[in-house]
Amino acid sequence: MKMLSRILIAASALAMTTAMPALAKTFVYCSEASPEGFDPAPYTAGGTFDASAHPIYNRLVEFKKGTTEVEPALAESWEVSPDGLEYTFKLRQGVKFHSNEKFTPSRDFNADDVIFSYQRQASADHPWNQYIAGITYEYYNSMEMPSLIKDIVKVDDYTVKFVLTRPEAPFLANIAMPFASIVSAEYADMLDKAGTKEDLNNAPIGTGPFKFVAYQKDAVIRYAKNADYWGPAPKIDDLVFAITPDAAVRLQKLKAGECQLMPYPAPADIAAIKEDPNLKMDEQAGLNVGYLAYNTTQAPFDNPKVRKALNMALNKQAIIDAVFQGAGQVAKNPIPPTMWSYNDAIADDVYDPVAAKAALEAEGVKDLSMKIWAMPVQRPYMPNAKRAAELMQEDFAKVGVKVEIVSYEWGEYLDKSMEPGRDGAVILGWTGDNGDPDNFMGVLLSCASAQPGGANRAFWCNQEFSDILSKAKQTSDVAERTKLYEQAQVIFKDQAPWATLDHSTQYVPMAKNVTGFVMSPLGDFTFDTVDVTE
Amino acid sequence: MIRFILSKLLYLVPTFLGITLIAFSFVRILPGDPVLLMAGERGISPERHAELSAQLGFDRPLWVQYFDFLGRLFHGDLGNSLVTKKPVMAEFLTLFPATVELGLVAILIATLIGVPVGVLAAIKRGSWFDQVSMTAALVGFSMPIFWWGLLLIIFFSGILGWTPVSGRISLVYFFPDVTGFMLIDSLISGQKGAFGSALSHLILPSVVLATIPLAVIARQTRSAMLEVMGEDYVRTARAKGMPPSRVIGVHALRNAMIPVITTIGLQIGVLMAGAILTETIFSWPGIGKWMIDSISRRDYPVVQSGLLLIAGLVMLVNLLVDLTYGLINPRIRHK
Repeated sequence: MKMLSRILIAASALAMTTAMPALAKTFVYCSEASPEGFDPAPYTAGGTFDASAHPIYNRLVEFKKGTTEVEPALAESWEVSPDGLEYTFKLRQGVKFHSNEKFTPSRDFNADDVIFSYQRQASADHPWNQYIAGITYEYYNSMEMPSLIKDIVKVDDYTVKFVLTRPEAPFLANIAMPFASIVSAEYADMLDKAGTKEDLNNAPIGTGPFKFVAYQKDAVIRYAKNADYWGPAPKIDDLVFAITPDAAVRLQKLKAGECQLMPYPAPADIAAIKEDPNLKMDEQAGLNVGYLAYNTTQAPFDNPKVRKALNMALNKQAIIDAVFQGAGQVAKNPIPPTMWSYNDAIADDVYDPVAAKAALEAEGVKDLSMKIWAMPVQRPYMPNAKRAAELMQEDFAKVGVKVEIVSYEWGEYLDKSMEPGRDGAVILGWTGDNGDPDNFMGVLLSCASAQPGGANRAFWCNQEFSDILSKAKQTSDVAERTKLYEQAQVIFKDQAPWATLDHSTQYVPMAKNVTGFVMSPLGDFTFDTVDVTE
Repeated sequence: MIRFILSKLLYLVPTFLGITLIAFSFVRILPGDPVLLMAGERGISPERHAELSAQLGFDRPLWVQYFDFLGRLFHGDLGNSLVTKKPVMAEFLTLFPATVELGLVAILIATLIGVPVGVLAAIKRGSWFDQVSMTAALVGFSMPIFWWGLLLIIFFSGILGWTPVSGRISLVYFFPDVTGFMLIDSLISGQKGAFGSALSHLILPSVVLATIPLAVIARQTRSAMLEVMGEDYVRTARAKGMPPSRVIGVHALRNAMIPVITTIGLQIGVLMAGAILTETIFSWPGIGKWMIDSISRRDYPVVQSGLLLIAGLVMLVNLLVDLTYGLINPRIRHK
């Protein structure tokens, strides 16, 4: 043991005394997952976007830091035609693409890059559509871009017109999403000639605040400040992602000073982090919702009064306390309170087992037994579905409803929970993509989403509710949309296709000397405004 | 000797084919569909699902997919990852050196400590050393790796600050991969302190990974030694008045080594299993973590080809072990 400790001391002393050559200002982020690649278009994971879309690229429009409001980015301004079918973007001039060992841009960003970035996803015949065999553009597809965008026209070098097939209010928010990042058409041409098309994904060139330097698979990603950035210059010189999948290890690294900021702390560590004098923590309500979706096509769950009665039997605060250890809040609406159009006037079902039992009996429901599906994975909106299901089981037992808890492997769970004949109520949730209320209610509760392949796991189709959503989607007037969505939430509460469970709180622990980090309601991690003080 | 090697190689062919079948079926037996997992909570329309399945070739009958896999395999094509879209072989080669480096150091630790401890415990059978070391071995063998790794990190990196928490080298060093072995590359880079940093990053993960093999090797060495020391020829050697060090070192140890080498060879498989957890805790960019990630995403090509490569490797090591018997004991190779 003595020998071992001597070796340990010698090795670590060696490492410490000789390390730390003079350094530019470096910021290390202990990221959670390896990026799937560096072209944001074909991928769907948040960790991939944090490593690609946010540091390296820009979009025509982007979300204003810390909000879900859309602001100009590579497009300086835009005009929408009165019928809502044409969006004309004026592009920013003088924006430089990055350069690397093999590529130096000969021209600034222009309309050709915009058209290239969209067309390669839109058209299966585009020479870059399959630049890597088997590639697919899932976000482009799932945001319904193929049926929405009729044409993209280059008016001149700095003006691009999008022609839509129907008015679509969330369009701007949709194209602020990572999949719509603008890549360099000139770089693509060069790669094509060199026969190394896959470098679009491996050695990315963008216009963003940081240039890609190197990626060691599953270990480290390095970026350098883009000195020519069109926006406010980043305050750090080097950005490093140290990929660390385990939350407990991330925290140890943060404490040891091996990184300055980490995502997703374990709920059990929150209290200790708050007390650590060397750390600080930002927190914010997450843009998410956890819910229990009844199968509204089956008796007795096809009766809204039965669903409401069951909702009254749930002690949701107890779930927040036990499952989230306080790091969350009870949900009463299907959208989170940080989202515009959240209807705070709605009153939640009051927890009252006695009244619930009476209401069930009044509907002739006796000796009911049901299944509750508990997800096998952790999600920000539901860190421990099994525990939540057990608490619901106890609550329902108090009103005479017997509950059997079932679970499946995650892929199977997602699949089977969408089978129309599904037996039981499903625990699931949603994290917003772009801050638009339609991205919650439209995706999860509309009649269209109750069709196979949709995400409406209550199979709830209320025509009045769906009509309101469609109307709201076609109006670009935010005040009017707000009113419509508020109305929709009233119908939702009255019909109770779900028991709305929770909105979780997101935490970001960081070293005390980190300044300028802004939490994103969408859960993105961006570092262009971050600084470290000595 | 050549015939001996050839006969051993011949056995590998059916084994290898069997493994291709197991590797291919294993991921497909697991419930969960890669296309559905890609879509997540959002869901995917049946049309789009069919389109993607067709594009990925999952709509074909299983046996067609299997023979396609085999056919490509013989052309050296292991397929592309569904997630990163990159060739499986390229990913394997990038990550493999990290696992080998960790595994070699771990097996070195396990052998260099395990064998002497086992021998000593056997010689001093029943002594306090025997009892303490064998109890420790039992504890080590039953140690949950994840918990053990975290414990070491918290103690040595968190409280004492002696070792780095995770990774392969301090982030201040940045040099291109030459061999993929950090200890070698850090030396080649010529950057001051890089080697020391790489070494200090290896300590905790290799100790964690070595724990179970160390326990097994120590116990196996002890029992093999005890058995051999009861043999007639050892008693004869003693009776002839041979010095005890020679009796143990030459007569006993050499013969006891046969089962011990078998054990060490078998530990390669154990190491691979241990690497999965160890690499995840220590953020070690090796193939263990790669396999775990791929299994959870049902990345069929990576899992089937990755399993094949790993199994092939274990087979190769076992072949080497067989050949080593031949070296130690000539009777085996002349059989």
